[in-house]
Amino acid sequence: MIPAKFDYVKPASVADAVRALREGGDDAKIIAGGQSLLPVLRLRLAAPSLVIDLGGIPELRGIREDGDRIAIGAMTSYYDILRDDLVTQHVALLAQATETVADNQVRHRGTLGGSLAHADPAGDLGAPALALDAEMVIAGETGTRTVPAAEFFVDYFTTAIGEGEILTEIRFPKYTGWGSHYEKFNRTAQAWSMCAVAAAVRVEGGTIAEARVGLTNMGTTPIRAAGVEQALIGQPASAEAIRTAADRATEGTAAPSDADAAADYREHLARVLTGRAVLAAAG
Amino acid sequence: MAQVRVTVDGVNYADDVEPRTLLVHYLRERLGKTGTLVGCDTSNCGACTVHLNGQSVKSCSVLAVQADGGEVLTIEGLARDGKLHPVQEAFNEHHALQCGYCTPGMIMQAVDLLGDNPDPDEREVREGIEGNLCRCTGYQNIVRAVQSAAQKMKPGATADAQTPASVAGGGN
Repeated sequence: MIPAKFDYVKPASVADAVRALREGGDDAKIIAGGQSLLPVLRLRLAAPSLVIDLGGIPELRGIREDGDRIAIGAMTSYYDILRDDLVTQHVALLAQATETVADNQVRHRGTLGGSLAHADPAGDLGAPALALDAEMVIAGETGTRTVPAAEFFVDYFTTAIGEGEILTEIRFPKYTGWGSHYEKFNRTAQAWSMCAVAAAVRVEGGTIAEARVGLTNMGTTPIRAAGVEQALIGQPASAEAIRTAADRATEGTAAPSDADAAADYREHLARVLTGRAVLAAAG
Repeated sequence: MAQVRVTVDGVNYADDVEPRTLLVHYLRERLGKTGTLVGCDTSNCGACTVHLNGQSVKSCSVLAVQADGGEVLTIEGLARDGKLHPVQEAFNEHHALQCGYCTPGMIMQAVDLLGDNPDPDEREVREGIEGNLCRCTGYQNIVRAVQSAAQKMKPGATADAQTPASVAGGGN
């Protein structure tokens, strides 16, 4: 299939991109890496009148240390995230989730910002961003604002990015020395997550001191497994204690039923995968 | 219309294209590079894999205008001076194809993989080509061919073996 006709601009700065978005009106659409948008355009599930390519704005790409944060440009590719020492050292969970996304070709083109802005509940980067309390830097006509991940994911394919705004940077607190793991369940190598769990824990002398757990595809947005986190704190990092805490993984979820899995099966998966993810993270 | 200036298999092109033109259609229909195939048209199969600026991409999921200013390598540009690339030779030697439809994309992804990991074990080869489907299910010989090519491409293995980085225009 060939996409419906659209106009195309490739601005050289964020300010120009924001202007193009404002002038393009309701039918303008941002393209980042295009690995979600192009399939949608090809299937003609969307037909924007204007496509604004962020590929010509170098400052949106790259990873840097900014005090107690790791700041990742929205246009940074999965491939670059996977090969970055700052990410490996301070935000390992992000790399672990990124590694499971699609395949090599898609990871060359796909971007962190594109994935988060697209906000597919089956996407793998929302759960770690939420669990790790990332902050989203959003640029608009009047400047930039910062939105915590907990307020960023609003609904199915819907985020706090407003009309005329662009996600420019994602900032992660450092989790240096934490253990982490992303446990993904899907049917074939490059398939979307039926359910997945992002877990990071800090273990002190065999006891879980802090825990962060996020769930993929257990509702219309990524979901923080707050009940599991609370239940883990102060517990020994043992299989039995972790499995008991993991039983709370479905609290606050609204698992979808679709061709891949029924809701009750997803709930079963969430409990089992949470146990596996936390155990691997604590190991 | 938008203008795209791109180097494909070492030749410079400048063309006016509709912005909606997919890179794979530009390569096949405008430039006649029909060695790159359209398979699933849904980003799954990898038959359309080419290198863009030294990295493998699915050319059905890239707009031609996104390649503007860039360098594209297709299966048709892989051989040098009439001599097949070591990965092409290995696919031949190990019968790593049955119907052949996935072969151009499979080879382009294998060359990319070996650029990142010159000595992959079997699991790493399988993960490296996870975005390329062989509907004949002929993966065994494909994996053997990629590992054989890796051995032949090792520095000093043969006098004229090229490294994937030199073929892919600088790698990553």
